[in-house]
Amino acid sequence: MPKDNGIGASPKRREDVRFLTGRGRYVDDIKLQNQCFAVFARSQVAHGIIKSIDTSEAEGMPGVLAVFTGEDFTEVGGNPAGWLIHSRDGEPMKEPKRPVLAHGKVRHVGDAYAAVIAETYEQAVEAAEAIDADIDEQDAIVDMAAALANSDNLVHDEIETNQCFDWGWIEDNRAATDEAIKNAPHVTTLELINNRLIPNAMEPRASTADYNPGTGHYTLYTTSQNPHLTRLLISAFVMGIPENKLTIIAPDVGGGFGSKIFHYGEEALVLAASKKLGRPVRWTASRWESFLTDAHGRDHRTTIELATDKEGNFLAFRTSTLANVGAYLSNFSTVTPTILHGTVIAGNYTVPLTYVNVKAVFTNTAPVDAYRGAGRPEATFSVERVIDKCARELGIDPIEIRRKNFIKKEQFPFLTAAGLEYDSGDYHALMDKLEEMADFDGFEARKAESAKRGLLRGLGINTYVEACGLAPSNLAGILGSRVGLYESATVRVNATGNISVMTGSHSHGQGHETVFPQIVADMLGMSADDIDIVHGDTSKIPFGMGTYGSRSMAVGGSAIVRATEKIIEKATKIAAHMMEAGDGDIEFNDGVFSVVGTDKTVTFPEVAFKAYIPHDYPIDKLEPGLEETAFYDPGNFTYPSGAYACEVEIDPDTGKVTICSFSAADDVGNVINPMIVEGQIQGGLGQGIGQALVENCVYDENGQLLSGSYMDYTMPRADDMPFFNVDQSCLTPCTHNPLGAKGCGEAGAIGSPPTVINAVVDALSHLGVTHVDMPASPARVWAAIQAAK
Amino acid sequence: MDLNGNCIIAADRQTVWKALNNAEILRASIPGCTELTGTPEDGFEAVVTQKIGPVKATFKGSVTLTDIVEGVSYRISGSGKGGAAGFAKGSAAIRLEDVEGGTNLIYEVEAKVGGKLAQLGSRVVHGVAIKLANQFFENFKTVVAPPKEAVDEVEEKPAKGWFSKLLDWFKKLTG
Repeated sequence: MPKDNGIGASPKRREDVRFLTGRGRYVDDIKLQNQCFAVFARSQVAHGIIKSIDTSEAEGMPGVLAVFTGEDFTEVGGNPAGWLIHSRDGEPMKEPKRPVLAHGKVRHVGDAYAAVIAETYEQAVEAAEAIDADIDEQDAIVDMAAALANSDNLVHDEIETNQCFDWGWIEDNRAATDEAIKNAPHVTTLELINNRLIPNAMEPRASTADYNPGTGHYTLYTTSQNPHLTRLLISAFVMGIPENKLTIIAPDVGGGFGSKIFHYGEEALVLAASKKLGRPVRWTASRWESFLTDAHGRDHRTTIELATDKEGNFLAFRTSTLANVGAYLSNFSTVTPTILHGTVIAGNYTVPLTYVNVKAVFTNTAPVDAYRGAGRPEATFSVERVIDKCARELGIDPIEIRRKNFIKKEQFPFLTAAGLEYDSGDYHALMDKLEEMADFDGFEARKAESAKRGLLRGLGINTYVEACGLAPSNLAGILGSRVGLYESATVRVNATGNISVMTGSHSHGQGHETVFPQIVADMLGMSADDIDIVHGDTSKIPFGMGTYGSRSMAVGGSAIVRATEKIIEKATKIAAHMMEAGDGDIEFNDGVFSVVGTDKTVTFPEVAFKAYIPHDYPIDKLEPGLEETAFYDPGNFTYPSGAYACEVEIDPDTGKVTICSFSAADDVGNVINPMIVEGQIQGGLGQGIGQALVENCVYDENGQLLSGSYMDYTMPRADDMPFFNVDQSCLTPCTHNPLGAKGCGEAGAIGSPPTVINAVVDALSHLGVTHVDMPASPARVWAAIQAAK
Repeated sequence: MDLNGNCIIAADRQTVWKALNNAEILRASIPGCTELTGTPEDGFEAVVTQKIGPVKATFKGSVTLTDIVEGVSYRISGSGKGGAAGFAKGSAAIRLEDVEGGTNLIYEVEAKVGGKLAQLGSRVVHGVAIKLANQFFENFKTVVAPPKEAVDEVEEKPAKGWFSKLLDWFKKLTG
């Protein structure tokens, strides 16, 4: 095994050479001959009836080539939701049409109702401003409870309600859960808000379409986490362009965090415009468009109850949630607050009963969809906050109450009350490791030392388990998915022995180009330097479901393993022929085929060469060439877990929270590249701390986005972060994929928000504070302190 | 966003009412107003340039007077489009009461901003609105009933554009 860059090694990220030296190639870097520019006219009101759109002045302006409105897209399909969720009464969810450009009504500030194509960007901007839209402003629907209460004012008139669905999980457990809570010796109730977030990928969304009238072929360069899914949506649902006539290329993509999973109307618009004009049409979002139109994250209002006996044994969890889906159903907006949220509500615990109710609500705000963690951070925050409150009420140590209720190592595989079978884990070991890392014994001394400086110190404990590695296609289908959730890979061994690996897992910062070759290198006994990854181009890759839900290694990596196994199988036959032995007598180790019990050997490159120059070759039994494709469909979700601790200091005079230390013990299964895993965990922690302390998306009562720029939407910065103390040594391999990998992309963002808030509440609990909503900004913390006085 | 308040003007109610219906006085009183044409009966067309937070925009819009109770109260409503900068609209219910030494002008303002103005400037909109309202009533008071001491004060200071011109005009009027 090549120790320097096989499985378990930490070679530096090869993609960073271009990312850090300005040599990345993003959509906006792609300039095409004869290109022209699209600019959108976007609604300034949250809710309005489009009376008329006068484009005549814009059409006559210099450089203007075409102007589109919603009228131009009445014949094309809508952008669909990827999952069909059924309400408790068995009715399918309400699915209002999501057009390419707003038609009839505008439904959120930023909703595009027209687009101008012009020779230059500046000309397009000028003309878009000259479009005279007569939009009759209606009262905006912003508050979720009010939206459900008021059936006179509707986001979508045709569905006659603002409720998308009323979902129960597991409905059969409802009565028993209610009964358990009614009869429980102790019930802890907590109302909380999971704050709405704006994704803020470093690279704004961008799409360039290039239609070739000579071939009838469209090429779309776009910022996507999953180009094949985008192609499927455009082909099968939105525009009807056959898949063989549409190539989607997602080159370097500068972050997504979920927001670039989805197909957006701008992609369809530039395709249609390119077809109409016979020229490449490009659009790049300005940052204010990103704020207004990238699918936002979270935005739940939840009441959670935890029933326990007097000793703190969990008897039942029950939650009731209002989940904002915004003005239109984005592609994963219906699965995020349901399947990805309700199924993990049992957390790391043996609790016998859980019941989750989620009402999804349409509002005149930007669509809300999956954002790093997608549903699982919301579930974890609810569960772990209420456990913390319960522990205080019962006077039980927060670590003890968790240990008491953990699923034990020997209980795996464990079927939870929320219906998932966790394959592996060792939550007690993670907590042991955390105790070792975080020096809990020294906390009281540190607290006293902080007090000397007039600061309140708090310690927050948290555990999490997530269901990721999405997902078994048959199970996903039963749960409402309209697509499969396998992944594909092609391993192409070139004649000279080097390798190209085509993967459907898109990389937009995760480090796939470094870590996937490590797997193949390990299996074939060669250097990872001789292996390259090809991704993000539907014309080069068999198929792919993309990158989200911490699925790239568990599912995409497993597909690469399967394809490489096929390579080894075929290469073994070729080697057997070369050494005049039977297939069964061949061993393959460290890149060398040998005949058992002899000193005959051939190397892997020699076999590859033979496959492509098959002069002396078993041509009657074996095809030439050495290229194999595999589709891998996982047998289950994967279940990474972790135990986190955080210490904060709060200045009671200002409410400012400072994180002093953060320890994270994660079980992400087998680790391929420890450095990349650590980076992913740290990034997730940073993002979660951002949610916990600083980030907040705010609309006013008129549906105007108040946090619409970096002056008002705070991003976490380096000085908001402590030095993270992270560990991945307590690993339990995933039992059902060939790598034993579970996934690490979302973990930190799932586990950290409740850890921080538990610490904040711990620091303030002596004042009587029992909860602080996120973000725990100085103003909020100060107000909580004042209110408690 | 709501904004309520009042101010005492050292003039009788009829004088104040007339001024509230005088396009030229309104123009001079509305901060940033460069044009105001029209009549109280048919409504006014206004052009106002304002800088709110990072957004500077010229708003073109209409101003209408409704709910008119002659000599006592009206509602003045305006809405302006600032192009890419967004929009602003609002109204003020204005009521006059006789008080000792003049007229009490009571106002209740409702204002709304949208588009980029809200997205980028929301943080400062309330503060700006208070400032603009104060400026309006200061200007209005000064035009309708210039306080003697204010004149003295200004005379000691350098001229301040239209403000001092107005004062000159009033000084001429009052001899």
